[in-house]
Amino acid sequence: MTERVNQYVLESRDFQQLLDALIKRGYQVLGPAVRDGAIVYDVVESLSDLPIGWTDEQETGRYRLRRRNDEALFGYVVGPQSWKKYLHPAEVRLLTAERSGRTFRILNNEPAPPRRAFLGVRACELAAIAVQDRVLEGDRYRDPIYAARREGIFIVAVNCTQAAPTCFCTSMGTGPRVRGAYDLALTELVGPGKHEFVIEAGSDAGAEVLAELAPSAASEALCREAEAAVERAASQIQRRLDTTGIRDLLYTNFDHLRWDNVAQRCLACANCTMVCPTCFCTTVEDVSDVTGTHAERWRKWDSCFSQNFSYIHGGSVRSSAKSRYRQWMTHKLASWIDQFGNSGCVGCGRCITWCPVGIDITEEVRAIRESPASSKESSHGKP
Amino acid sequence: MSSKVRRKPRIAVFKFASCDGCQLSLLDAEDELLGVAAALDIAYFPEASRAMVKGPYDIGLVEGSITTHHDAERIQEVRRQCKTLIAIGACATAGGIQALRNWKDVDEFIRIVYATPKYINTLKLSTPVAEHVPVDFELRGCPINKHQLIELITATLAGRKPNVPTYSVCVECKRKGNVCIAVAQGVACLGPATQTGCGALCPSFDRGCYGCYGPMESPNTESLSNQFRILGQNNAEITRAFRGFNAWAWQFRKASEESERT
Repeated sequence: MTERVNQYVLESRDFQQLLDALIKRGYQVLGPAVRDGAIVYDVVESLSDLPIGWTDEQETGRYRLRRRNDEALFGYVVGPQSWKKYLHPAEVRLLTAERSGRTFRILNNEPAPPRRAFLGVRACELAAIAVQDRVLEGDRYRDPIYAARREGIFIVAVNCTQAAPTCFCTSMGTGPRVRGAYDLALTELVGPGKHEFVIEAGSDAGAEVLAELAPSAASEALCREAEAAVERAASQIQRRLDTTGIRDLLYTNFDHLRWDNVAQRCLACANCTMVCPTCFCTTVEDVSDVTGTHAERWRKWDSCFSQNFSYIHGGSVRSSAKSRYRQWMTHKLASWIDQFGNSGCVGCGRCITWCPVGIDITEEVRAIRESPASSKESSHGKP
Repeated sequence: MSSKVRRKPRIAVFKFASCDGCQLSLLDAEDELLGVAAALDIAYFPEASRAMVKGPYDIGLVEGSITTHHDAERIQEVRRQCKTLIAIGACATAGGIQALRNWKDVDEFIRIVYATPKYINTLKLSTPVAEHVPVDFELRGCPINKHQLIELITATLAGRKPNVPTYSVCVECKRKGNVCIAVAQGVACLGPATQTGCGALCPSFDRGCYGCYGPMESPNTESLSNQFRILGQNNAEITRAFRGFNAWAWQFRKASEESERT
């Protein structure tokens, strides 16, 4: 039987060894867990913490957990949360200040984040982390909070072997096969009488962990089976977002009637930006106590859907829901390219599933593409 | 602070048609109460103390809606007495739950409820304070959040803008890491149309938002009503959903009347 270099088999009954190897190295392992009717990310210490035998059903504005008829560990797609909750936290204290007499002292008392391992990072999520890396630490201005949390993260990626109807990673070129910076990558194969993982290392740290597990080499047939499973996921993906010339398409359709149409449905509730794994906008709030001796500065997730987000002297620049939806989508798919060199969308479909009224970004793009504005209407140019 | 002795700013708490829950939030702020008492002269607060110092006051907190001729006159005097007037709670900012009578015949209620109807002298409508006098700030909620109240008092004393966001409950709900109950359980939740401030309390316990903090800055009640229909709610249920503690807030009022007409 032929074997492939670098690809190994891990039996599901040995999966705990992988967790133990990471925990032994001092990592806090974060991974999928069932909570409140969804698969979220939480601390994982044992195999039983994982969503064994669970899957998700997703469509526009709807998500349901369902039982699988097997014991798959990663038999779901993506949930409402993304890794940004750890790397770019929803709320973080930037500083604490104490008054003493006529002066004040800045106390920097934030504990260092623990060493963390992410278990179950999907291809679209790996791409999303790369997008946030570019935004938050790939420029002259590095976000020290993100950088400190990002550094030394051990990534166990998982190839998707099934897709949700909301997935469109194939359109965005991000999946379903993981690419890029991971330490270990798994493909789960589950069927009658078998449950195993094809595992490969993507870094020295990953190779070291893998060596400790002492897995046997994967056969050529098994590797092909794993590839076929990922290809099956790709073929399940029905949703498309045609990215051809999308930057110019959106820049020249600033006055398209579709924006009025979507504004009738959009709640401006900001859910899409909260669940988006690349949306990074924040607001900063200074708070003081009533005695005036203690003050804190907090950074919190904000959204281009909130009115105050674009508040400048005199009022909010984007007072209508129409202007806010247009800003979000045009930034995500068009001006992000000018700003950071790539799209801000990774095709994970979270904004589609978790929109309370089921607005579908791919559908909005299609509507604009099907009846683009005349050149006369596009004279406003860039938003 | 300058070294010369300065008079502490005076605060007064006034009650109109209400349940007292909002002014109790101030007494409920146990950890901060001593700080408040140190920073402010609590000059008029009948709920807390019999000692009542006459106005004028630097800060006036007004709880309750205006429901009688007497109150309509009294609020004018309260406004004159207060440098900064803050309306607290759903009653003072939207007319409260008692504004449900605004859709009904008040005289009929009086006839049914009171043995001697002629003793009752009331207005046809329960209305928020801002419909009667200019208000400097409206703190929403049924009841208000004590942390928001302390933040508002602190900001007022410091002369800075209070951190009282006007966006949806969803923002706070997501920041908390909650799983959306509307999407994951099909629960009709008013969160997307409601201003945050409660800490996404009900959705954190698998209950849909009841809209206690009133309409968010730009509520799309029409789209949310359509979604409620998709989730299986009928028009009567949608009317009831918007006709709660903030029923008379114009966006919720419009939404409830639209679903009532449909």
